[in-house]
Amino acid sequence: MPAVSKGDGMRGLAVFISDIRNCKSKEAEIKRINKELANIRSKFKGDKALDGYSKKKYVCKLLFIFLLGHDIDFGHMEAVNLLSSNKYTEKQIGYLFISVLVNSNSELIRLINNAIKNDLASRNPTFMCLALHCIANVGSREMGEAFAADIPRILVAGDSMDSVKQSAALCLLRLYKASPDLVPMGEWTARVVHLLNDQHMGVVTAAVSLITCLCKKNPDDFKTCISLAVSRLSRIVSSASTDLQDYTYYFVPAPWLSVKLLRLLQSYPPPEDAAVKGRLVECLETVLNKAQEPPKSKKVQHSNAKNAILFETISLIIHYDSEPNLLVRACNQLGQFLQHRETNLRYLALESMCTLASSEFSHEAVKTHIDTVINALKTERDVSVRQRAADLLYAMCDRSNAKQIVSEMLRYLETADYAIREEIVLKVAILAEKYAVDYSWYVDTILNLIRIAGDYVSEEVWYRVLQIVTNRDDVQGYAAKTVFEALQAPACHENMVKVGGYILGEFGNLIAGDPRSSPPVQFSLLHSKFHLCSVATRALLLSTYIKFINLFPETKATIQGVLRAGSQLRNADVELQQRAVEYLTLSSVASTDVLATVLEEMPPFPERESSILAKLKRKKGPGAASALDDGRRDPSSNDINGGVEPTPSTVSTPSPSADLLGLRAAPPPAAPPASAGAGNLLVDVFDGPAAQPSLGPTPEEAFLSELEPPAPESPMALLADPVPAADPGPEDIGPPIPEADELLNKFVCKNNGVLFENQLLQIGVKSEFRQNLGRMYLFYGNKTSVQFQNFSPTVVHPGDLQTQLAVQTKRVAAQVDGGAQVQQVLNIECLRDFLTPPLLSVRFRYGGAPQALTLKLPVTINKFFQPTEMAAQDFFQRWKQLSLPQQEAQKIFKANHPMDAEVTKAKLLGFGSALLDNVDPNPENFVGAGIIQTKALQVGCLLRLEPNAQAQMYRLTLRTSKEPVSRHLCELLAQQF
Amino acid sequence: MQFMLLFSRQGKLRLQKWYVPLSDKEKKKITRELVQTVLARKPKMCSFLEWRDLKIVYKRYASLYFCCAIEDQDNELITLEIIHRYVELLDKYFGSVCELDIIFNFEKAYFILDEFLLGGEVQETSKKNVLKAIEQADLLQEKTETMYHSKSFIGYKKAY
Repeated sequence: MPAVSKGDGMRGLAVFISDIRNCKSKEAEIKRINKELANIRSKFKGDKALDGYSKKKYVCKLLFIFLLGHDIDFGHMEAVNLLSSNKYTEKQIGYLFISVLVNSNSELIRLINNAIKNDLASRNPTFMCLALHCIANVGSREMGEAFAADIPRILVAGDSMDSVKQSAALCLLRLYKASPDLVPMGEWTARVVHLLNDQHMGVVTAAVSLITCLCKKNPDDFKTCISLAVSRLSRIVSSASTDLQDYTYYFVPAPWLSVKLLRLLQSYPPPEDAAVKGRLVECLETVLNKAQEPPKSKKVQHSNAKNAILFETISLIIHYDSEPNLLVRACNQLGQFLQHRETNLRYLALESMCTLASSEFSHEAVKTHIDTVINALKTERDVSVRQRAADLLYAMCDRSNAKQIVSEMLRYLETADYAIREEIVLKVAILAEKYAVDYSWYVDTILNLIRIAGDYVSEEVWYRVLQIVTNRDDVQGYAAKTVFEALQAPACHENMVKVGGYILGEFGNLIAGDPRSSPPVQFSLLHSKFHLCSVATRALLLSTYIKFINLFPETKATIQGVLRAGSQLRNADVELQQRAVEYLTLSSVASTDVLATVLEEMPPFPERESSILAKLKRKKGPGAASALDDGRRDPSSNDINGGVEPTPSTVSTPSPSADLLGLRAAPPPAAPPASAGAGNLLVDVFDGPAAQPSLGPTPEEAFLSELEPPAPESPMALLADPVPAADPGPEDIGPPIPEADELLNKFVCKNNGVLFENQLLQIGVKSEFRQNLGRMYLFYGNKTSVQFQNFSPTVVHPGDLQTQLAVQTKRVAAQVDGGAQVQQVLNIECLRDFLTPPLLSVRFRYGGAPQALTLKLPVTINKFFQPTEMAAQDFFQRWKQLSLPQQEAQKIFKANHPMDAEVTKAKLLGFGSALLDNVDPNPENFVGAGIIQTKALQVGCLLRLEPNAQAQMYRLTLRTSKEPVSRHLCELLAQQF
Repeated sequence: MQFMLLFSRQGKLRLQKWYVPLSDKEKKKITRELVQTVLARKPKMCSFLEWRDLKIVYKRYASLYFCCAIEDQDNELITLEIIHRYVELLDKYFGSVCELDIIFNFEKAYFILDEFLLGGEVQETSKKNVLKAIEQADLLQEKTETMYHSKSFIGYKKAY
């Protein structure tokens, strides 16, 4: 077919495209495009009415420009005009433009919908198809509202042409996916099922997709599709390779339809009717048999199509998980593919075998391929294939082969791609724990992990080994001996120092009898690593040292010497300094008995789901770790490997890591305020509240400060006395400026920005919040060239706020030079829920004239939001639990800003709640959840925002366990859109 | 299928079809990321990769990469053949298609795709039926101008 006869030959378009192609630079391209845009604009605006052809040509040019990645903000009207042309190509271009550049202008939508309606009613199948394609391509809710009711009618109408039925089926599918609520089920559904019997293969192909989607929600309504699908499939599978004419693809009859039918059957359990089931099993066997036949063509298309059906068949067999014979045959077939020369097939075979490994019928059969899989892990050149092999080894692992698999994975780790190292580390750690027969092997394995890939050993992994060693006294001696040996390596990973430090601090006494690992040797070995370690590790080692003083009184003098050294007692890091001071005091003032009680061995950890497993699940998505999760294949494992007696955790611990152990996997509502840092220890011992203020920042604050750029005067700030917040009473300051509320609103969903600005002064804000704590930096900039005098910004708590929110500020310099900026740090603690923000009063003298200004400090209750992820089911359960009328607050309001889903998302995230996908049946809606953290209580919050683009309105619903909070949050959030 | 992208060896996007609602910004981000990932892969590597929570299936034809994103339960091999069938359709329509045909007749490439795939699902697999729909459209068309470019000035290697 000569190309010249093709297309509608828009010469101007071709010239334009080749001009663009000839552009030497991006700038030249933009210049050419701007010239063209100007030209088109003038043509569209010109007095002379454009003929259809020119309109089509220009619209097509605009489309081309848009597809190049440039913005197009006009031409929609001209495109809409094309829709009502009775010339096919003009209409076609009009539709293409509309589908690519979807516009939310409601007037335009009305015109588009009108044109579509006309075409749908035209009884011209070509026009009807164009209209249906457009609806399917746009797939918006508006389209659904306008047409979802009509399309089922077109789909099942007796006089619809085949091509129209095909388009209608998939068009309906798209609308259903976008807005299921808009597609009414009804009498037509039964007739759709019978499209499976249609003579036209294309109609069947389109209809299966629709049915597969619809039946997910209403399986019973579509149940008759099972027998129809089986008989259709059976006819295809048993047909000779040429029977289906144009639906045969490289000698494979109807591969797409076959795959879709097999897919549909996976929506249901095995057929109950024996005859149907027999016929289906026959089909599946035929497919497996055909896989053994010599290929009818050497073309890769032939084998791909054939194997596509084979893999889908195997998926169905795995889905049924009830035919041992078929499962084993499937496994053998995949085993052959493991060594196929096509990389694609090896990849898919490894992937598919992973699921087979979790079936009790085929688990053993999968295991027979272990050597091939290990070989794949070593020799595959494509990292994604190696990844699959690692996954499969993980899935096929059980007690019988754990040692082999773990050692192979460890060996692989040495050369593994950086991208997958962390995942391999997690997997090894899980397998080693799960299938450990003796725990010395487990300890060896984890230490090997740290040795080989220390950088990729996450906290979860080394926390876990400590947990297990602490809980199992039969392995403690071995662990102490092994870490001691490991630490003797000249260069060992910092994670090794952490594990070693902790274990020796707890169980070093178990090896102290040997003169080669006597207490002073243990101490000097650990201390030789001290100076090379990070702050966190050094803090941990300090705790080990104090534990040593208890375990080995003979080391006391040496250790006190270390603690007393200036490098510790005056360490710039507050955590280290604090530990040194406290431990030194503890070791000198406490009696041996007290010391022994305080520094007693850690009690066993309460058993929880392994946090490593949780991490792997997070990494890989649900289901990834499930093969091992349920322990189905290995019921005995629980006795040895899961069983650690639950013990209430009583005393706090001198380790920074201890309170994190295990708790990380728990959902936030259950998490206690994580404050069991070093400080609490002393509070317990001295039992005096007076000890508290001297403790300095809690670990959380320290964490926050790490996230911030170091403030210029920060070493000073640590020593400066905090100033009580409210020196002037509320009556001393003026009312907030009129814009205060508006300024406050700007900060509801963000933490940084300019809070206020006039000719004299600019106030910038930077803040961070964690749990119920926050730190805010205020930057006061003098915009003039004259010095401000008596400059004094203060924070005031009106009303009851004092009891709800604690804000500590420091004084700032009383003079601010012209052009200079001063910074003020505020430490904020939310004590309980509050409704009004604190006030910020700024006073100074400028050129002798007193200036005063009162603003609302951007601290609103939502800043203490902690996002909570949850599944749809949990969400609805909690939603129902909060069903008292006073727990709900709702607002319906007009949009003040353009309704952009991305912007809305960003705002909701900024507000602080988690955004939950796949919860609301309507994907346009937003659903969020979180917990407001205050010192006194936690308030669970659920929210739902329903935009209505047509009406430019929103409906916002908040449910929380506390009535004023619901209302307050609702008001705060409603002003953001 | 969630989307299909056609891009050149140089990373120029030649066709994009999105079957899920995404903002323009997100589309550009995805495109950039995928083009980079796919172009970085070596010729003998397998045609599938995991990407976010989707599976990417891609294949190179001469200077063009065809790249589809499918969901977890979708079939990779049949997707490869969706790509191949689309290439065949283009080839039949344009007469040994090459990248330039798709550049200069991008609208046709979209029309053919719409006849073959709709809403991300295969609508019609018969080559005859798909092309019949397109030919009919060409017959309906009233004006015929000669094409600006002729095959002779294309210095490109053919797709097959």
